[in-house]
Amino acid sequence: MIKLRVNGKPRMFRGAPFKRLLDVLREDFRLTGAKEGCGEGECGACTVLLDGEPVNACLIPVCQAAGRRVETVEALGTPEKLSKLQASFLERGGAQCGICTPGMLVAARAHLASGGRPDDASVREALAGNLCRCTGYQHIVESVLAAAKGAKKPAKAKRPRA
Amino acid sequence: MRGDARSMRVLAPRTPAEASRALAADPRALALAGGTDVMVSWNMGLLNGRTVVDLSRLPWRRVRETKAGLELGALCTHADLRRHPDVRARFPLLAEACATVGAAQIQNRGTLGGNLANASPAGDTFPPLAAYEAIVRCVGPTGRREVPLAAFFTGVKRTLLAPGELIESVLLPAPPRPWTRSLFRKVGTRAAQAISKTVFAGLLRVEKGAVADVRLAFGSLAPTVRRLKAAEEFLRGRRLDAEAAARAADLLGLDVSPIDDVRSTREYRLAASRGLLIRFLKGD
Ligand SMILES: Cc1cc2nc3c(=O)[nH]c(=O)nc-3n(C[C@H](O)[C@H](O)[C@H](O)COP(=O)(O)OP(=O)(O)OC[C@H]3O[C@@H](n4cnc5c(N)ncnc54)[C@H](O)[C@@H]3O)c2cc1C
Repeated sequence: MIKLRVNGKPRMFRGAPFKRLLDVLREDFRLTGAKEGCGEGECGACTVLLDGEPVNACLIPVCQAAGRRVETVEALGTPEKLSKLQASFLERGGAQCGICTPGMLVAARAHLASGGRPDDASVREALAGNLCRCTGYQHIVESVLAAAKGAKKPAKAKRPRA
Repeated sequence: MRGDARSMRVLAPRTPAEASRALAADPRALALAGGTDVMVSWNMGLLNGRTVVDLSRLPWRRVRETKAGLELGALCTHADLRRHPDVRARFPLLAEACATVGAAQIQNRGTLGGNLANASPAGDTFPPLAAYEAIVRCVGPTGRREVPLAAFFTGVKRTLLAPGELIESVLLPAPPRPWTRSLFRKVGTRAAQAISKTVFAGLLRVEKGAVADVRLAFGSLAPTVRRLKAAEEFLRGRRLDAEAAARAADLLGLDVSPIDDVRSTREYRLAASRGLLIRFLKGD
């Protein structure tokens, strides 16, 4: 039996210890926010926090999460009460099809929570392991920066980079 | 085909001796550190039915000062090393290399020992380790040994490690005197999450106007990381001007043998590497 803390609550898992953390979260704990994209650690759609650090849940057998803290996008907010970061993505077009969004949110949250700088280059580096095929990233980065600054209104639209 | 969790047996030894024994006892058993290489293969269904020896409980995630230099435990992650103050201050090329491995998610899991044992021709920590003349400390069923990095790799994805033998740590010897200049550069398709087309680490010490010591190492240009022995020898004792830099760069081909593959071409790799080398030697 494997014990871990998921989104602040103690949880137990009784299945195969080599089952991927991603599958345990989605199938056993019904937390379907983290998505499977590539299954190779390239796309970041399965990003969760392990003891506060962003990791790819598709590359971790659940036995390696034993005794540790896991946070998924579900811990950020609820549809009724979005976090500042989630609200910012919504207001500024940081989400389009939505597949990459949970991973983006979790990676951005880790960056800001760990005292990462709220500037363009630092946010881009923090999100470099998260691929988005819709937005071209500009609106995602703007969403994170705006949330970091606590801005209420969308910043003046910048022309996207070539 | 996918990974089948129920087909796997997992062991979680608490001591290095236990881990070596478990690995030596079963030739198909596999060590697992951060899993960023192992789990990719597992997800593709290539490792079903294997025994996995999870190393994460071993006391190898620390950096310590020894008489000879800095000892980096094999379980240090790339994130640990890129932010460690002693690594950054004294072996900055390694800290820079770790900061280019994958992206945050990979750096938080991938370990130094896993990078070495995986022995990819493109391992980004290898050129700095080769330039700093790192020593790989191994421990196995027959005891401990220290292997110079130059001898550790025996080919693409091949190392000297014997069955049951593990990397315990990497020793970075302290340089006798500070370097005049140093450079790490990785050339990939994008700034993050890209495997190197070429990757360079250089260290140079100039004394009394001439090259007193120079160490030049490239990854991704041969089956294993390579020091440029011919260029280094040519430069030692010489005054470093544009002509010497260009002539040293002409010797590149004596120590590397890049190939065409999905990531780049031989020609591009040579041209880009030559450019990096000249830029480093000229110091601009
Ligand atoms: C998306 C992605 C991007 C990547 N980008 C880069 C990159 O830019 N540059 C780069 O160099 N690499 C990159 N990698 C490869 C990988 O992240 C690194 O090689 C990493 O350092 C491997 O460490 P690990 O702890 O995850 O190894 P694991 O996957 O746990 O193990 C790798 C191999 O080493 C063995 N092993 C592990 N630890 C030990 C030990 N202490 N002693 C003996 N054997 C051991 C295992 O049995 C296995 O064969 C990338 C991987 C992914 C998935």
